[in-house]
Amino acid sequence: MASYLLRRLIQSALILLGVAFITFFLLYVLPADPVRQIAGRSASPETVANIRRELGLDQPFIAQFLRYLGGLLHGDFGRSYLQKTQVAELIASRLPATLLLMAAGITCELALGLTMGIAAALTKGRFTDQILMMTSFVTVSAPQFVVSLLLLYVFAVQLSWFPVGGYGTFRHLVLPAVTLGILGSGWYARMMRSSMIEVMAADFIRTARAKGLTRARVVLRHALPNAILPVIAMIGIDIGVFMGGVVVVESVFAWPGIGQLAWQAIQRIDIPIIMAVTLVSAVAIVIGNLLADFIIPFIDPRIKIR
Amino acid sequence: MKKLLASTALVLALSVPALAQDYTPDPAAKQGGEITVTYHDDVATLDPAIGYDWQNWSMIKSLFDGLMDYVPGTTTLRPGLAESYDVSKDGMTFTFHLRAGVKFTNGRAMTADDVKYSLDRVTLPATQSPGAGFFSSIKGYDKMADGSATNLEGVKVVDPLTVEITLNRPDATFLQVMALNFSYIVAKEAVEASGADFGKHPVGTGAFKLTDWTLGQQLVFERNADYWRAGEPYLDKITFQVGQEPVVALLRLQKGEIDIAGDGIPPAKFTEVMADPAQKALVVSQASLQTGYITMNLNVAPFDKLEVREAINMAINKDRITQIINGRATPTGQVLPPGMPGYDPDFKGFAYDPAAAKALLAKAGFADGFETQLFVYNTDPNPRIAQAIQQDLANIGVKAAIQSLAQANVIQAGGEPTSAPMIWSGGMAWAADFPDPSDFFGPILSCQAADPGGWNWAHYCNKDLDAAATAADAMTDPAQTADRMKAWSAIMGKVMADAPWVPVFNETRYTMHSPRLGGASALYADPVATPVNFDYIYVKP
Amino acid sequence: MAFVAADPTRPAGPIRRLLRRKLAVLGLVVIALVVGGALAAPYIVAHAPDEQMFDGLTLEGAPMAPSSVYLFGTDLLGRDLFSRILYGARTSLIIGVVANGLSLLIGTIVGLLAGYFKGWIGAALMRFTDLMMAFPALLLAICLAAIFQPSLWIVALVIALVNWVQTARVIYTETSSLATRDFIAAERTLGAGTGRILIHHILPHLLPTIIVWGTLGISTTVLLEATLSFLGVGVQPPTPSWGNIIFENQTYFQSAPWLVFIPGAAIILLALAFNLVGDALRDVLDPTQRGRG
Repeated sequence: MASYLLRRLIQSALILLGVAFITFFLLYVLPADPVRQIAGRSASPETVANIRRELGLDQPFIAQFLRYLGGLLHGDFGRSYLQKTQVAELIASRLPATLLLMAAGITCELALGLTMGIAAALTKGRFTDQILMMTSFVTVSAPQFVVSLLLLYVFAVQLSWFPVGGYGTFRHLVLPAVTLGILGSGWYARMMRSSMIEVMAADFIRTARAKGLTRARVVLRHALPNAILPVIAMIGIDIGVFMGGVVVVESVFAWPGIGQLAWQAIQRIDIPIIMAVTLVSAVAIVIGNLLADFIIPFIDPRIKIR
Repeated sequence: MKKLLASTALVLALSVPALAQDYTPDPAAKQGGEITVTYHDDVATLDPAIGYDWQNWSMIKSLFDGLMDYVPGTTTLRPGLAESYDVSKDGMTFTFHLRAGVKFTNGRAMTADDVKYSLDRVTLPATQSPGAGFFSSIKGYDKMADGSATNLEGVKVVDPLTVEITLNRPDATFLQVMALNFSYIVAKEAVEASGADFGKHPVGTGAFKLTDWTLGQQLVFERNADYWRAGEPYLDKITFQVGQEPVVALLRLQKGEIDIAGDGIPPAKFTEVMADPAQKALVVSQASLQTGYITMNLNVAPFDKLEVREAINMAINKDRITQIINGRATPTGQVLPPGMPGYDPDFKGFAYDPAAAKALLAKAGFADGFETQLFVYNTDPNPRIAQAIQQDLANIGVKAAIQSLAQANVIQAGGEPTSAPMIWSGGMAWAADFPDPSDFFGPILSCQAADPGGWNWAHYCNKDLDAAATAADAMTDPAQTADRMKAWSAIMGKVMADAPWVPVFNETRYTMHSPRLGGASALYADPVATPVNFDYIYVKP
Repeated sequence: MAFVAADPTRPAGPIRRLLRRKLAVLGLVVIALVVGGALAAPYIVAHAPDEQMFDGLTLEGAPMAPSSVYLFGTDLLGRDLFSRILYGARTSLIIGVVANGLSLLIGTIVGLLAGYFKGWIGAALMRFTDLMMAFPALLLAICLAAIFQPSLWIVALVIALVNWVQTARVIYTETSSLATRDFIAAERTLGAGTGRILIHHILPHLLPTIIVWGTLGISTTVLLEATLSFLGVGVQPPTPSWGNIIFENQTYFQSAPWLVFIPGAAIILLALAFNLVGDALRDVLDPTQRGRG
């Protein structure tokens, strides 16, 4: 187990190194010169050359990459080209908002998905089941920007129940969290449904029923705890999907998280910020996958660690 | 990077400022009150040597001061930290006499050493100031740029309240440069203490001081009680919220949650706001010192042919394009915007005439048209305007493929010799840094700017006009101002005879504020302190 | 997830079994309608999709609401939205088929090789796949789209480069288990070449998986294209795509909601149809396949 853990950790570190290299390379070959962005329109050629030298952007690619890695080892993500602030500081100031949104999004996703899945399993084959499964298909087919604009239009503009965007209170959190939750809820509904159907057919449930326990008690005390764990363990894998979603959702709802930071940085080719957000996202995804790999076998003994 | 400097009646104040008109305070103005302003984009930095954005331009003006300043709501120069100045006969040496008793917000008195330090700092390559080039007429600038000097030879401290600046060539725009944010005076010890983070911890002599900054969310400015202009500013506190979509900001303004939507009225809400008399009364409009244009790259065939460039000029339906942006602009046919000195109201340019354009194209040997590319910055409404241009071009047989890209990519393609055949300038359009026609030529139409990486996206180079421009800027005597502007009108007329651009329209800026705010309309459409002059607006008692 | 239980007494072909599922049939009908509309667009619409009509805008420059003249209203340039939606279907379908075909091809080749050659080739390919999994897909796609100046085909390529990973993982797992089966070992002892084994013996067994992933993948592709175009880095104007129609008009979502929600509904409908068919195919062809797509 310990050697497996070590191997997985080393693998993860190598994956992150690869992500850093590829992103750095893509940004290097990007047909846009960050120095031009920094220098502005009135800059003379010597101003441009000076800025390029100051940032080390006149160095060859490998030298630039190694210097960046060297900084990373000291926890230095560099300075934003345009904001001139330490990128670590920028990320740190925005990460709480993204984490809050993700936590709320995952909560929504689970609440919606698990409820739908359980209800569908208990009405298996009947009309309710079909409607719920159809709904689960719709949620996975709806792009987040359409859902967010629709929620904004109905609940913020027409009904004025929630603010149109922004950050700070619980009311600001609801619409973006629901938008994030809706996409994943369909998957959880379907996983929960199969898991629940499987458990309900198991011997111990039949025994419990034979003992004369009420259906509600059987479902709540015996079936649910067993069916729900394998599904919840999937959250780790979900993080990658969420990291993509925050770019769109934060932009539409003016949520001050790292997705918004990333989108602004991409538009202005602020390379240190793009690198940092990509790496932070990759770390989140890798940790999520690691957790899933370690937790799933623990919960579900049918799956063995390789 | 949009700075829009507008002007209605500009008098180049080259006379001794004591004689220049100054601001008459608003009798209704009272000190006190707090307001909230929103922007979409994050505030990048508040370092005056570096900040060059729409939103931080006026913030920096509220935190710092320069030797020169503008009368609020106008483009008329007035003295700032310099009480007065003398100019030598040859126009090459300026002696500034500083005000006594001006203090930085850290309590220390400002002296001539700070002026010298600030000008050295902005021209030092390590500062990475995008505005360093503005100071190229100061003696010793070249040595700063190539790294062989660490202080400007031409800037001398005579005594604690006197600074002498020597130029290397006559420069009629020098006093305007001394009123530009990049020349603002910073406190040396604060810069040294904060290092690269000075932009987050600014210390200046301005009307306000920064008291709180939550990155990505909000900034708080509080009144500088020791401000050297007695009785100013009026507001106690300004909260700037960032990350707010323009549409959302306007909705909040309508609900009374905020006082000023810094990004203006978004197109989607424009008709609604203007249809309601109560809301319309809160809107201030101002023609901006800006021109939207299409560049045609002279390095790329067939734009090397004058007939082709003329034909394109006649093919564009500017009225339709103006309609698409809800009439928030005025069609134009020349480079300089109205209100800019040197603008020629009698110059009409090319009239819309697709039939004549087609005939001209046939004469140039392109009866069946040709294929080309049109680059455009991918934010609304620019891709829409590009599609309207595309349709106009299709009418005369020119097939233009649209490349809708991030701003950085368009700028990059424009700077390369042959990458971008045509560019629609929207969103990156030239807006003056200071109200002088030279700023509309040197950086975007001169031979030097046509070098790779420059902003002369037409790659237009006419050596005769370059020489004429240099001659015009050497006319530093205030008595020559009228002649100088005539010379500039002639230069711009000759540019259009070569037709490297299709000038399309001059935008009008609309700002809306909450009903509780007072102050002259001109302050909410300040041509210099964009978008709003925060030092002079007030909350109605 | 069978909604109509299959009759166990009568074995039927996969197509018949598919047609017995109401939701799958619904999906097929929607796909047929969209394909038909896209192909017949020139004969259906009254105005070309990129024709900017003078009377398509009010004098103040506002778009027209849906009416009998303009079924879906007009957009901010005075173009017929109905026409743009129909032609936009072409964009979505072309991207769906090309990008997804490409990503299926890459995914199958990588998965097949990695699953069959267990040595360093397999390890290298799978580590690379893991690396791609760790990328935030949308960020990667945006960066790629910015590097190549976007056109319809470049957008398809970018989507394929981001999307092949899932397919590769699934094909890898299946190939690994197939490669250890007796009949493959038997073929090998009989002297069959590697290429022959891969193409004639392993690939046919993978076909059901490829078909299922191919169908579900179209839905993912359509959504990704729409998102990229929504962010302004996708299909270039004036070529209509459902995503860039929303991008162009999104600031008007309060005053002209039809400009955003009609193309939005179109995206959802098409993605839903492919998901329904794909899911049904999965049940019909390979009931052991379950999990996230």
